[in-house]
Amino acid sequence: MQIGRVIGSVVATRKHPSHEGLKLLLVQPLNLDGTDRGDAVVAVDALDAGVGDRVLLTNEGFCAGSSVGRWPATPIDAAVLGVIEEIELLPDVRGQR
Amino acid sequence: MFLGRVIGRVWATVKNQNLTGQRLLIVQPVTPELKDTGKRIVCTDATGAGAGELIYWVRAREASYALLPDEVVTDGTIVGIVDHLDVKRTP
Repeated sequence: MQIGRVIGSVVATRKHPSHEGLKLLLVQPLNLDGTDRGDAVVAVDALDAGVGDRVLLTNEGFCAGSSVGRWPATPIDAAVLGVIEEIELLPDVRGQR
Repeated sequence: MFLGRVIGRVWATVKNQNLTGQRLLIVQPVTPELKDTGKRIVCTDATGAGAGELIYWVRAREASYALLPDEVVTDGTIVGIVDHLDVKRTP
């Protein structure tokens, strides 16, 4: 998994049937120092994570599909698996990416 | 899944027979701010997306799941057409 931040959401009425009724969030993967790490992704969400929340993000299909009860064989490859309250780092790592 | 914009189309009569009948669209990945990012790719299409439309696509094995029950050989499939994006980057 990666650490990410929810930066928005996606509205799409014309989409694959397996995506019906699922929340689609825009999640920006983060480095440990909070800077952006690569591009934002579209992730399904079953936890009602809100914009601004830091989250646990998976980019693997089995985890993603099963996390929203849409498994097997659904075209979903990213999901929010957790809402992060706190991150603790060793002192010599703080501030590093 | 990933945001992208349909910027073209590919026709190929001679191709893997599992691709027969599939639309092959050229997709430019974009950021939530609709800026181009990353390499352009060719995706199969499960939604009937048109030229210029903002879409999202799925990659790897899951891309073929989008076209079941057809067994399509693809590693990228458009699975949604975006109506609206809400973006608020400041935490």
